[in-house]
Amino acid sequence: MTNFLLAAAEEEVHEIVAGTGGFFGEYAWIMLVLPWIAVLGIIFFGKRMKYLGAEIAIAMLAFNTIWSTILFVLNITKGVVYEGAVVIAEIGSDLVFELGWVVDGLSIMMYFVVSFVGLVIFIYAVGYMEGDVRVTWFFAAFTIFAGSMLVLVGAPNLVQLIIGWEGVGLASYLLIGHYWEKKENSSAGMKAFYTNKVADVGLIIGAIMVGATLGTFRFSELSRAAVEHADDLALVAGMIGALLFFGAMGKSAQFPFHIWLPDAMAGPTPVSALMHAATMVTAGVYLMARTFPLYQNLAEDIRPWMVAIGAITLFAMGLLALVANDIKKVLAYSTVSQLGYMMTAVAAGGYTAGVFHLFTHAFFKALLFLGAGSVIHAVHSNNMSDMGGLRKVMPRTYWTFLIGSLALAGILPFAGFWSKDEILVTLGHEGYTAVMWIAIAGAFVTAFYMTRAVTLTFWGTYKGHGHPHESKPIMTVPLITLAVPAAIIGLLNIPGVEFGNTGNFTTWLGMREVVMGDHHASAPDWGMAAIGLGAAVLGILAGLALYARDRATQQERDEFEIPVLYPLLRRKYYMDDAALGLVWLIKAPFANAINWINDYIIDGMVNTVGFVTSGLAHLVYGGLDQRGIDLGFNAMAYGSGGSGERLRRLQTGQLQQYASVFVGAAVMFVIGFVLFR
Amino acid sequence: MTLVPVLVLAALLFSLGVYGLLARRNAVLVLLAIELMLNAVNINLIAFEAMIRDSLATGQVFAIFVITVAAAEVGIGLAIVLLIFRNRATANVDEFNLMKW
Repeated sequence: MTNFLLAAAEEEVHEIVAGTGGFFGEYAWIMLVLPWIAVLGIIFFGKRMKYLGAEIAIAMLAFNTIWSTILFVLNITKGVVYEGAVVIAEIGSDLVFELGWVVDGLSIMMYFVVSFVGLVIFIYAVGYMEGDVRVTWFFAAFTIFAGSMLVLVGAPNLVQLIIGWEGVGLASYLLIGHYWEKKENSSAGMKAFYTNKVADVGLIIGAIMVGATLGTFRFSELSRAAVEHADDLALVAGMIGALLFFGAMGKSAQFPFHIWLPDAMAGPTPVSALMHAATMVTAGVYLMARTFPLYQNLAEDIRPWMVAIGAITLFAMGLLALVANDIKKVLAYSTVSQLGYMMTAVAAGGYTAGVFHLFTHAFFKALLFLGAGSVIHAVHSNNMSDMGGLRKVMPRTYWTFLIGSLALAGILPFAGFWSKDEILVTLGHEGYTAVMWIAIAGAFVTAFYMTRAVTLTFWGTYKGHGHPHESKPIMTVPLITLAVPAAIIGLLNIPGVEFGNTGNFTTWLGMREVVMGDHHASAPDWGMAAIGLGAAVLGILAGLALYARDRATQQERDEFEIPVLYPLLRRKYYMDDAALGLVWLIKAPFANAINWINDYIIDGMVNTVGFVTSGLAHLVYGGLDQRGIDLGFNAMAYGSGGSGERLRRLQTGQLQQYASVFVGAAVMFVIGFVLFR
Repeated sequence: MTLVPVLVLAALLFSLGVYGLLARRNAVLVLLAIELMLNAVNINLIAFEAMIRDSLATGQVFAIFVITVAAAEVGIGLAIVLLIFRNRATANVDEFNLMKW
């Protein structure tokens, strides 16, 4: 790929969208290629370096962060739209396989999020993974993770997107199963991989249908055809939309594919942070945003279904976070819930709202996970029942975690408030009133479980073992670095507030080749803001009322406070059991039938062939080989062995015997010479 | 000057060397016998060179080669004998069975 792109950079690039790319847009492919060079560097030289290869990955991400920041600023000041690609191969007669890179508002935002959040998490991981058995391997896989995501978000067509998509899936499998010595960890990795694979089938079929219908895999052509209401695309748009959404449901852990995400907590905490913030779960939302014109213009029939799935996810999965004891699982369910928000927003027509929530969520969720990792590192347990009272011993972790929690809960100046408010406004505007109220209830639940997590972890008295202490600076500095955007980055998109003459986040995100046509308000809707904020504050108050007191054990308390729902939630709505049952239901009759065919028909054929072959072989072996060919060789071997046995008696080791033979021979030679000359 | 007495001397010396090589049991004496044989050869070389009056003095040059090789050879030989003597407390050639199969 490197060679192709290097050659391409010289001459072969055809510009799909020749826009205002400038130098940084035209050479943005460097950001996509660099991670793979870094992976090779880590594999081959990592073990000899001081930080075991982490420095290569960090240097690469630092470079990408700078590059994407420059692009971000360029996009703000003058707008950047550029798309280039290189033809790698031709598929059939009229399709081509291209690799390339897109530079527009959406992908610049993603480049920035992946690089910046990734950089911070990688630095944190140096401290967190210290003393691990496979640090170099970890960083290689981690770099594959980030690199695949960059390939994914830079993809100008569905094929490259699928390459990045599968690369992310593979890396997540490797990283979730990082501690594979324990069976359940590698099982969790496989669960994630299989669940994603099932959903990927939808994406791949959808991509094939796009190619078959339009004769191209390019997103730009797809968007253009959608905006122009192309007849051939209109016929199958609903099906394509549903299939692509099916794929996105897997990666973005939408109900009922969410089951893999909480188990994915088996990996090291930096992996969870990167997976939940920037790289993996955002891929589905990104795909929806990238193909947004399709849903906005043609595939409108399925949008209510998508909204419904998003609404189920955001509310039902939020409730699950109420009963989780593992602090990382609380955050995992919270991520699923927030992904529900994003999906609902994009499906309802709020391109900006959904992507903006993705943007802010990346910062504060990475912050929360890193904070949780810092706590876990200190108390050596994932369970909140072993924590408590850490506010005093871990002040930096506490304050940054608190900022992240407030941002997630949606309290006024923090990032989450602005993006969640935008989603609520969009839902109201698009006429999904019931879903809007579900989302408001979800905001209440969000605030509630985050209050629970903060109080159980940091307040009250310490219930674990040993004496926890604050983490090292290499772990706390990333926390502080992320706390700043988690607090203020929401200010980028206050409706009606523009920065000079360049607009705000909405304008920057709208820098695409095709007009989006989504709704965004021109002035803040203070009524909606008050309702959302009120729900969040109520959630916090309810959480404080229930959990701020140190009373009984946590499980007793949960059972007491949430009496009816508790058993249901503890079993995760029986979703895991249902999935297993479904697999068994499909598997059992098929497996039996295939087993019968295998035992009686295939085995019979194979056995017959085997028997005949084996008989022939015995004939050849016994008759020809053993008695014929081997005889000659054996005779030769016996001959040389026997003569050697006799000859070696001459070798006595007595020097003077040898000398006598020499002299005797010389004398005889001289006599012969004299006599017969 | 006639060649024959010199050749007889050399032949006697060589035979003495052959006798010493085959009959002596002490390894040092065996080495000395080898030196005798080499020196017999040297005498032959010089004698023939003197008779032919070769302008390149080939005989003398070869004699010097032989002396050099003999010095090196006796050095190695004595070293081997010394080591064997240290290990086995004997220099009797009959008791050396290191080269037996």
